[in-house]
Amino acid sequence: MSAATESVNPTTPGRAAGRATGRATGQAAGRAVAEPGKKYSRTRRSPLASVAIHATLIAASFIAIFPIVWVALTSLKTKDGQWAHPGDFSHLNFGNYSQVLNDTDFLTWFRNSLIVSVGTMALAVFIAATCGYAVSRMRFPGFRATMWLLLVVQMFPIAVLIVPLYNIMSKLHLVNSFGGLILVYCTTAVPYCAWMLKGYFDTIPIDIDEAGKVDGLSPFGTFWRLVLPLARPGLAVTAFYSFLTAWAEVAFANTFMQSSDKYTLAVGLRTFVSQYKGEWGLMTAASVLIAIPAGVMFLLVQRNLVAGLTSGSAKG
Amino acid sequence: MRPLKRLGRSFDKYWYGWAMAAPVVIVMLVLVGYPFIWGAYLSTTNADESNIGHDIGVNHIPPSYHSVGLHNYWDILSGNDGHFYSTLTWTLIWTFVNVFFHITIGLGLAVLLNRKIRFRGGYRLMLILPWAVPGFVAAFAWRLLYNDNGVFNAVLKYFGMHGVQWLAQPTSAKIAVIAVNVWMGVPFMMVSFLGGLQTIPKELYEAAEMDGATAWQRFRMVTLPGLRPVMMTVTLLGVIWTFNKFDVIFLVTEGGPAGSTDILVTHAYQVAFANIRQYAEAASYGVVILSMLLVFATVYRRSQAKLEVQA
Repeated sequence: MSAATESVNPTTPGRAAGRATGRATGQAAGRAVAEPGKKYSRTRRSPLASVAIHATLIAASFIAIFPIVWVALTSLKTKDGQWAHPGDFSHLNFGNYSQVLNDTDFLTWFRNSLIVSVGTMALAVFIAATCGYAVSRMRFPGFRATMWLLLVVQMFPIAVLIVPLYNIMSKLHLVNSFGGLILVYCTTAVPYCAWMLKGYFDTIPIDIDEAGKVDGLSPFGTFWRLVLPLARPGLAVTAFYSFLTAWAEVAFANTFMQSSDKYTLAVGLRTFVSQYKGEWGLMTAASVLIAIPAGVMFLLVQRNLVAGLTSGSAKG
Repeated sequence: MRPLKRLGRSFDKYWYGWAMAAPVVIVMLVLVGYPFIWGAYLSTTNADESNIGHDIGVNHIPPSYHSVGLHNYWDILSGNDGHFYSTLTWTLIWTFVNVFFHITIGLGLAVLLNRKIRFRGGYRLMLILPWAVPGFVAAFAWRLLYNDNGVFNAVLKYFGMHGVQWLAQPTSAKIAVIAVNVWMGVPFMMVSFLGGLQTIPKELYEAAEMDGATAWQRFRMVTLPGLRPVMMTVTLLGVIWTFNKFDVIFLVTEGGPAGSTDILVTHAYQVAFANIRQYAEAASYGVVILSMLLVFATVYRRSQAKLEVQA
């Protein structure tokens, strides 16, 4: 560390000194006094650095929201071909929205997507939760194999499954049916949900389980009555995740759903903009209608999402 | 009696674990294991649309494909099919570039957001937003931007340059799909890293500062090692997800122009479901993809475990 001390850059000594005094007073008078010292050192960031940080974050935020804002703006352009004039913001109104809702199959697709997504969510969360709990708490023989299975299954590319699944589903007459699509989506939703929930259950103190045991609850009773209620944020996150997996899936929906009345949004939307025509007005309006509910839900759960994800990944 | 008793006891002891893990294991075996075995079998046949067997009205036409051994694999790996190696190269570039940008940008933004700054919540919200947009919506949104009459070209023209047909030339199309995928993937990485940063004890930074470490040294000596578990997981997941990323390429370019942006997964999909459906060849592609990922995951986990021992 001696090299480090020699090469401190010219702005840091002040900082380090501030810190050192903070630390010294802290040692003298306990933690409460250490706090102001901390604050002092924080305000020492040079104005230039502050400007740079804010500039970077503003630029990044701009890139992050620009495509979204742009689609929303374009969706309000109703004059024919107006979308092709990016700078033209005359004639803005909600005409595209009423056209999407009244003259296209959008609402049917929306309903279909909803059926498939809610179905996937319910099925996936229910079976993933018990499995996640089992691998989080119980070291049973086959535990490692189960964990490994959960990881490996996530690696399965759709390409390796889509052909055989298609053949199997067509034999069972499940092609072009919601049930078939829900089952197929469980292949991706379930292992990830189980993995994430395992991480979440790991953060719930094991004392809870022991207390349950002492009170005479069976392991399943403990899980159902004590652990699941505590894991509600984690469950919300996995529910949301499996919902979105189904909501946004393209390849299977594209292959399995063959008639327009069964299309999900991802498939139906493609019919608005093919290589030969570009109904960008309809397209953008539909996009906004799809993104708004998803976005709102997302923002509601995002705090939990962070916790759920990181507890899962940190323990991996 | 003894071993039986022991078995009985272990059953009593582990019964709950097995019962609770069983639904997922069964679902996975039925929905993934069985199709996979069937796919692996299909890959050794010449199954395609014409001979797979199907029903026309009430008439059942039995399957008539037959085994061709490893012919499909030979066809792919020898380069005979003319697609594999070019697609593989692009898939590797695609995966590496995407994961690289996801991690560096995600980490950079996470470090900035982890500081006490004004409007932090606002920035975080905006930076997370792309994650909330369903993938297919994002893909269409970017197609609008890339359109010949889109906003990118309008900006170029404003500055007196020629517009670019973004999705019509291989190079610009490749850059275009990478940009879309980076845009979509950064928020996840940023959020994961933010979570990881919060687990690093503040005392470590204080100690480093006491020792006179510069910001860069603190980042290298404290932040990076502290993020290792998160880093390891997101890299592994990122590589797997990006390698298999279907929707961006399928919806933005459909693999075009002339298959130049097809990665292995979208190529296999085209083989299976476009024109004549070559089920067997697509299944072989699937097996090849999966083997590569398995090898990668195993090697990666091993090397990480070794690093952990050294550290």
